[in-house]
Amino acid sequence: MGGTPLPDGIKLIDENGKRLDGRRPDELRPLKIEAGVLKRANGSAYLEWGPNKVMAAVYGPRECHPRHMQDPTKALVQCHYNMASFSVDDRKRPGPDRRSQEISKITSEALTHVVFTEFFPKTSIDVYIEVLQASAGTRCAGLTAASVALADAGIPMRDLVASCAAGKIDDTVVLDLGKEEDNFGQADIPVGYIPRNDEIVLLQMDGDLTADQFKTGLNMAIEACKKIYEVQRDALKRKYTLPAGRNGEGAEVN
Amino acid sequence: MQQNDSRENVREIVVPGDLLSESGLKAGPGTYVESGHIYAAQLGIKTTRSNVVGVVPLSGQYIPIRGDMVIGKIVDMGASNWYVDINAAHQSSLHVNEVPWRVEFGETGKFMTVGDLVSLKIVGVDELGKVQISMKEHGLRKLAGGVVIEVAPSKIPRVIGRSGSMIQMLKNATSCRIYVGQNGRIWVDGDLDSMLKAIDAIKLIEAEAHSTGLTEKVEKLLGQKSGKGE
Repeated sequence: MGGTPLPDGIKLIDENGKRLDGRRPDELRPLKIEAGVLKRANGSAYLEWGPNKVMAAVYGPRECHPRHMQDPTKALVQCHYNMASFSVDDRKRPGPDRRSQEISKITSEALTHVVFTEFFPKTSIDVYIEVLQASAGTRCAGLTAASVALADAGIPMRDLVASCAAGKIDDTVVLDLGKEEDNFGQADIPVGYIPRNDEIVLLQMDGDLTADQFKTGLNMAIEACKKIYEVQRDALKRKYTLPAGRNGEGAEVN
Repeated sequence: MQQNDSRENVREIVVPGDLLSESGLKAGPGTYVESGHIYAAQLGIKTTRSNVVGVVPLSGQYIPIRGDMVIGKIVDMGASNWYVDINAAHQSSLHVNEVPWRVEFGETGKFMTVGDLVSLKIVGVDELGKVQISMKEHGLRKLAGGVVIEVAPSKIPRVIGRSGSMIQMLKNATSCRIYVGQNGRIWVDGDLDSMLKAIDAIKLIEAEAHSTGLTEKVEKLLGQKSGKGE
């Protein structure tokens, strides 16, 4: 953020108000979700969001290990966010780092909020989020895919969590930052949202925004989450309405 | 997009958070109530039966319920009990008092050892998810011979069929002995060809559990001479 400036002659928003990839400020990148892609997992989802490619798998509820972490009153939702070493331009050093630990934690917290954890005491529900290809907004993509995978695993939950980011580039508030916009932009606000009862389960802010810009960005992200929510629902329903083995094509937003 | 079913209910797939009813109905399994409205808690098919609205799950792990007949696998032994994997979140313990034999202290291994498969009944589930199992009922025994296949526990009702119609058809057509555990394990015993045929049929039921005309498809598969189905 605010480090290396953008190379000369390149603007994040051109004179027509279009962004680098030709999107309008309030336009999402194309999103595609497919539920139930892994055979060995209890539930899974594959998501493509612009250049992002994310796989989420859910195992459990199963016995919680290590034992000292289990809760005799409820289940634990444990997320493991991981970026593949080949997911970015420069090889990502494999293994957990501070960033992935943070994302695992916030994703777990967002999902714990919707899962009926009290139904499965002493167990853990393990959610694995693997980022295969990354291009900004992977925590939102991961959370969106994870909640589809949870529902696919048949885990009782209050609702699906949809997630999307807003941000600021060239002093303009825009939706769903792309890679360049994230790197050379001014701010990023990832939002996790439940449309049914208008609840926010994830809200972060990175960068500087005025109060008004923040509100605009938040509302933009919430509106986008509502669209994403429909794609999530569609992915789950499609898995069971199409004949087995024919749920390849996904619906897209926009 | 098949929406209609031959049965009285129109099949509607619901996802968690879908509004099922504003008022007037009672909340059944797979639902939850928030500020007077009933919502779906699971991915499944909405069912309304005599003013109770519920969701029949399409996926999910086995959740033990009292009275269920299950197939367990012995994974460990103690001096007076066996530890049994019943395909649920936790292992459960089968005490020597709960088996049909008189077992001396420390002689559990003479009766059943690690790897053995047994048919069991769930006699109790406490609020911590601890499951009490028993073999002390007519028909419960060690399963010798045959094979056990695993299917998704949510598909078991379709394998059994309405008041056992599907399983009866399988048994008649293949002349196999079949024992269905609620936990998704099915024991099949018979001669090789008919066993393979029965397994093919069960696999077909699992793959097409939520499609219409399932019985006809299974009938067709069983009608074929060779047991080579899908």
